[in-house]
Amino acid sequence: MPVSQETLDRIALTADEYALIVQKLGREPNEVELGMFGALWSEHCGYKHSKPLLRMLPSEGPAVRVAAGEENAGVVDIGGGLSVVFKIESHNHPSAIEPYQGAATGVGGIIRDILAMGARPIALLNSLRFGMLDDPHNRYLFEGVVAGISAYGNCIGIPDVGGEVGFAPSYAGNPLVNAMCVGLLPEGGLVRAAATTPGSTLMLVGSATGRDGIHGASGLASRTFGDGEREMRPTVQVGDPFLEKVLVEACLEAARSGHLAALQDLGAAGLTSSAVECAARGGTGVEIDVALVPRREPGMTPYEVMLSESQERMLLIVREGEERPIADIFERWDLSATVIGRVTGDGLARILDGGEVVAEVDIKPLSEPPLYRSEPQRPAYLAALHEAPLPELPPPTEAGALLRALLASPNIASKRSVYRQYDHEVQTNTLVRPGEGDAAVLRIRGTAKAIAMAVDGNGRMAYLEPYAGGAMAAAEACRNVACAGARPLALTDCLNFGDPERPDVYYQLAEAVRGIADAAKALGVPVVSGNVSLYNESGGEAIYPTPVVGAVGLLEDADARLTAGFVEPGDAVLLLGADALDGDPASLAGSEYLAHVHGLVIGAPSIDLALEARVQALLVALAEARLLRSAHDCADGGLAVAVAESAILGGVGFVGDPTLTTTLSLPRERGHDGGRWDAALFGEAASRVVVSCAADDAAAVAARAEAAGVPALRLGSVGGERISLGGLIDEPLEPLAEAHGTGLERALAG
Amino acid sequence: MSTKYAIVVFPGTWSERDWAAAITDVLGETAELVFHKEKDLAGADCVVLPGGFSYGDYLRPGAIARFSPIMEAVADFANAGGPVIGSCNGFQVLCESGLLPGALMRNRSLQFRCQTQHLRVERAAAPFTSLAREGDVLSIPISHGDGNYHADDLTLARLEANGQIAFRYCTADGEVTGDANPNGSRANIAGITNEAGNVLGLMPHPERAVEAALGGTDGLVVLRSIQETVHERAGV
Repeated sequence: MPVSQETLDRIALTADEYALIVQKLGREPNEVELGMFGALWSEHCGYKHSKPLLRMLPSEGPAVRVAAGEENAGVVDIGGGLSVVFKIESHNHPSAIEPYQGAATGVGGIIRDILAMGARPIALLNSLRFGMLDDPHNRYLFEGVVAGISAYGNCIGIPDVGGEVGFAPSYAGNPLVNAMCVGLLPEGGLVRAAATTPGSTLMLVGSATGRDGIHGASGLASRTFGDGEREMRPTVQVGDPFLEKVLVEACLEAARSGHLAALQDLGAAGLTSSAVECAARGGTGVEIDVALVPRREPGMTPYEVMLSESQERMLLIVREGEERPIADIFERWDLSATVIGRVTGDGLARILDGGEVVAEVDIKPLSEPPLYRSEPQRPAYLAALHEAPLPELPPPTEAGALLRALLASPNIASKRSVYRQYDHEVQTNTLVRPGEGDAAVLRIRGTAKAIAMAVDGNGRMAYLEPYAGGAMAAAEACRNVACAGARPLALTDCLNFGDPERPDVYYQLAEAVRGIADAAKALGVPVVSGNVSLYNESGGEAIYPTPVVGAVGLLEDADARLTAGFVEPGDAVLLLGADALDGDPASLAGSEYLAHVHGLVIGAPSIDLALEARVQALLVALAEARLLRSAHDCADGGLAVAVAESAILGGVGFVGDPTLTTTLSLPRERGHDGGRWDAALFGEAASRVVVSCAADDAAAVAARAEAAGVPALRLGSVGGERISLGGLIDEPLEPLAEAHGTGLERALAG
Repeated sequence: MSTKYAIVVFPGTWSERDWAAAITDVLGETAELVFHKEKDLAGADCVVLPGGFSYGDYLRPGAIARFSPIMEAVADFANAGGPVIGSCNGFQVLCESGLLPGALMRNRSLQFRCQTQHLRVERAAAPFTSLAREGDVLSIPISHGDGNYHADDLTLARLEANGQIAFRYCTADGEVTGDANPNGSRANIAGITNEAGNVLGLMPHPERAVEAALGGTDGLVVLRSIQETVHERAGV
């Protein structure tokens, strides 16, 4: 073999893969060609380990205009000629090394994916995970990531409307930074990223190309790393949100001009993947002269130009002879638009350097990396954690104090200190803002419609049962959208896992995808886009397997939207999805209560997808019939936390029916047939939603629930300045609100 | 006859469409986006410098935008008594260009703040607050990282003496307290006018508070006040 193992390691290719390249080419690749293969065959670009699994996900649906994988993002019809485009993407490894720039460029990257479809980006969301905040390094990562998202998103004028932030020891040193962007496409506005016509011109626009980010796709995103990670800081790109803002405006003008044949972003693996993917989609070839590419620094080699991941660049495929009007648009915005090559009909990627050919390979092998299907092996830890009997928990303090402690837990506490750093109102469409509801709601200007969006994932659940964790992530994202009164339309997923070459991690990945697929089918929502982030481990330990799912839903009438806070004293409060507080100990599986109060991550989570689908359909129907005043799902912290949050958000108390929990026992009382009261209050059984409605409508809500086959339970009514629940909790609202409002900031203060 | 509002667009501006929607959909007037490379305001009755990050706020917020060709026309318009409102980045541009005194520095918290803020109307007068009464409390969103208003003691005294302070950050009850100050501005200043009173700079975003569905309509007090003046000036 003429290349050293060291060279292969740098681009994360195996010796077998090298042999395969030689076989496909019929010769040895040169340095530039090998670099291109390394980038395109990386896990990040090529989905070598995940593609066979992703085929499980349902991708078709009546509203789907462009399915997952066809283009940069999926496109979903919302009626009236309009479509939404959305996708979620990870930037975990760069954020671990350089949190501010890693997170900022993650936001920048996902915006360009949406822009590449010709859509105006209208919303950002993000899903973040960190190690525990008592470690100063985790605090540094957390503050850096939030500051990076804030700086990039605010500068660019796209509202950051929602998301989630979670903490667990498993993410120490390997934070998860998943950014989602939603765009709006006018009728006829869709731009493809396929280079279909030979002779079209390739124009590179935006930033000049530098040496930053070389090997980002192969080196950074596609393998694990250890203690030397900080030395990799030079491979993290630096973002320029101002340039991206101007690029968005200029590209949208270009997209509407009629001169563009296709538009493609430059992300991982830069010009290489951008050009090769366009040609592969169009069944054509490309010829690029790297000497024409504007450089940030002198002396760059063709290899460096082709693999640079400099940010804020887009590739335009312009109809032959129409370059001038395109250049004029970019000139008006003080951006360079440079002809760097053309589309060819020969199916080759031909790279020139001032006329001299420096690489020439078939598009086909470049864009078709080998796919691996490992043998999944159910991790040994699962049996032990499932069978762990709920141990002799220390006698809990009184329930009110537990509720206060949970409300102050960083996983549950208000994220106001985070989202007040994000502009969530620019573009003046945000009807439901962060912290107000289970999903963000944005109106669609010029129509009566609105869209709701949420992003969810629970690594603890997925760790305890990967299939259930995947299903629960998809179900909760849709449930949150349904709690806003919107009918879930489609999903995007971001799969954050460890090293897929480990059979136990591969099992987690495969099972979580199967769970997402089953939930998506049960709920009737296709998965239209996504991203895979593997090799998330530090020091040999895989992170919690963390499937994160983003959902977008539609409200035909924006006025039917719901928020989570109680509204009117005297309103009835019901639980949908359960007809008793039976305190089943199994519902404590993976709960925040066990983790935060008892330091335990045990149990076997599960979800009934048929029930979930009925609950969500009921919620949407109740919202459309204007029968509800609020809806909030039971998630982290269970029923007690859900009720408390609705009260805190509404600024009004809750009076619970004291007889609801009379059959429950204290955990220590043995021989009692009833359930445990801690499980009744803090258990996290899925598919449950706390709703409130006018007292006069309570019977109608219960009747509709019964007709829909959804169990329901009257919990009590809105009112007063205390929260009383089942005779177990009776607390003044104000200290609970204080705990919830300041918990995260207190944890940050150490 | 509707009157015309020129909304200046610098590279990096992002509130221009929000202003345009408020002016056309809510006020029923005409909005025209004027690119920073233009030299002429095309017969506008009012000029809006909207929010955003012109030139990425590089160097200092507003420091580069003030050299844009259009700014000469904006200065001429202002000097001729035409109403000019600069919100957020627009306020920063007005300060940098010398149309308003003082400067806007990094928020005291060193963090960006996006939240609804109470403002006390300090001066109820045309063209920006004629529909308010002194002491009224308005609820209007802020969204900025550099809104910490600074002026030297002499300038501050002059602003007070001339009644140039338009709005101060306050509590819901209208009390001007340190806790109610989101960015560290001197004297809780949220907005000021020039001496003639026809140029207003404010950090809050009145264009975001013009519809009940978006969380309030207090911004209309400012927009409708402007509209009244513009109508009078245009003889509509």
